[in-house]
Amino acid sequence: MRAMTYRGPGRVRVEEKPIPPLEHPNDAIVRVTCAAICGSDLHLYHGMMPDLRVGHTFGHEFVGTVHAVGSSVEHLQPGDRVMVPFNICCGSCFFCARGLYSNCHNVNPNASAVGGIYGYSHTCGGYDGGQAEFVRVPFADVGPTKIPEWMDEEDAVLLTDACPTGYFGAQLGDIREGDVVIVFGAGPVGLFAAKSSWLMGAGRVIVVDHIDYRLEYARRFANAETVNFTQVDDIVQWAKETTEFLGADVCIEAVGAEADGAFFQHLTAAKLKLQGGSPVALNWCIDSVRKGGNVSVVGAFGPLYSAVKFGDAMNKGLTIRTNQCPVKRQWPRLFEHVRNGVLKPSEIVTHRVPLDDIAEGYHIMSNKLDGCIKPLVYPNGKH
Amino acid sequence: MAYTREKPRLTPPVEELRRTIPGWGVDLDRANRPSVPKEKFEETGAHWDVPEQQPEHWPREKSTEHRFVTPVFGTAQPLRGVSGAIRRYAYTFSEGRTAHWLLLLIGDRVDIIESRIEALTKGQPDNPITETGVLAEFKDSAFRTRFGQHRADLKHQPLDLLLWAVPYVALAGCLYMLAQRRPARRAMR
Repeated sequence: MRAMTYRGPGRVRVEEKPIPPLEHPNDAIVRVTCAAICGSDLHLYHGMMPDLRVGHTFGHEFVGTVHAVGSSVEHLQPGDRVMVPFNICCGSCFFCARGLYSNCHNVNPNASAVGGIYGYSHTCGGYDGGQAEFVRVPFADVGPTKIPEWMDEEDAVLLTDACPTGYFGAQLGDIREGDVVIVFGAGPVGLFAAKSSWLMGAGRVIVVDHIDYRLEYARRFANAETVNFTQVDDIVQWAKETTEFLGADVCIEAVGAEADGAFFQHLTAAKLKLQGGSPVALNWCIDSVRKGGNVSVVGAFGPLYSAVKFGDAMNKGLTIRTNQCPVKRQWPRLFEHVRNGVLKPSEIVTHRVPLDDIAEGYHIMSNKLDGCIKPLVYPNGKH
Repeated sequence: MAYTREKPRLTPPVEELRRTIPGWGVDLDRANRPSVPKEKFEETGAHWDVPEQQPEHWPREKSTEHRFVTPVFGTAQPLRGVSGAIRRYAYTFSEGRTAHWLLLLIGDRVDIIESRIEALTKGQPDNPITETGVLAEFKDSAFRTRFGQHRADLKHQPLDLLLWAVPYVALAGCLYMLAQRRPARRAMR
């Protein structure tokens, strides 16, 4: 089969690999029909995640058709069209039993601090991902679900991570009616977080980024106010002034490890890898939220330490809530929202690339060229 | 002047929000929020109490913070070579130790060197033009689209280029120095 493979920071190529075998009785092998490049794939692409091995196939957002199933699989059969959450989860450990599927304890021997994620390095379990023609899907009776007949494939692929993560980020903010919400980051997750904040009753939603075309998208897609932080003297001061010096009720960090806006932080984290991630946006969240407010963090960071302003967080009595999104748990409600037209996830898709051109897809996404928000990858070259 | 107990009026009235924002407030009720409360017991699809153990075809590295190799694990890219030895050593430290992560990062860099050499010997050398996707810059004038956006990253993109070039410049420098030393040795003989 053909699969995208990592060749070092900033380099990927398509190689021939064997079709993955069934390794466990509850495995399925899925023929991928559509995958996506996620903003968090860029942290891998830039070599920021430890134990990222050359030859690794990325891709934790994908949908496809079941090709083969293991002997104990009961809920799926070959030919089923399935969407697969980015979390690999057993369904029976302490954490899965409590609905914390992203924290599953039975799928990642390499680390106890993170669960299993498709195509996200050996730190996340060493599973090849879905930017390929085929992918191994463990615990096929727990994670994947059949794509409803009425659901568009591109909506389905965005429901495997980006859309649920943004929706989850708004929930972590514990938004109450009339709250002022500031979302840092106008990438796919930030856009969905902004949109979801309205669903939860926000009174004002402000999106902060440094790229004008993304902010324009935020205004159009998420009905948000926007501010380009390079166009104000000090984004924290701006946040205070726009809230009558109270601060926002909720700040959502939807940027993660490669946040820009403070050169030293960006250099030490994104370029020199001396931090787990650049905490620029996280620190702005801490500074911009009001005392006693909530900071929701859904941006992905590496496992090393980061220079976070924890003293301010403590002194302000903040509630900081975080997690990788337990996708499976969001689906029933999000399916309703998609079916009712409240959400149309595929509206953020800007690029569609065949697998053979994936290196160019990564370059465009990484450099934010050509108005790129969300690129999809088609292994069979067609869309 | 003093701050008062009332929250400043910062938002439009609810009626206006409901009228102008599609879906406003449909999840206002916490009962509609799937991740509230944080921990919730629900049907997971698992039809086992304890999952079966996946066979281990080679000694699988694991975190010291796990009692055993988990019932299911990834089998992609097993440890190999010098990078594999570094990584295996890294896994003798807990995730709480900086040494664990720094050794893994070093292993990653060594892996790249090993893989480049291996690719070369297999006749599938790495191609910096196609693998970086840089040709996308010239399609649909993509190069130009980074300008006029007030982007913060434009200021340090030359640094990216420099960091990318450092290994190649160093390699070229080493080759040049080697080439300079050989004629000198021959002359001494």
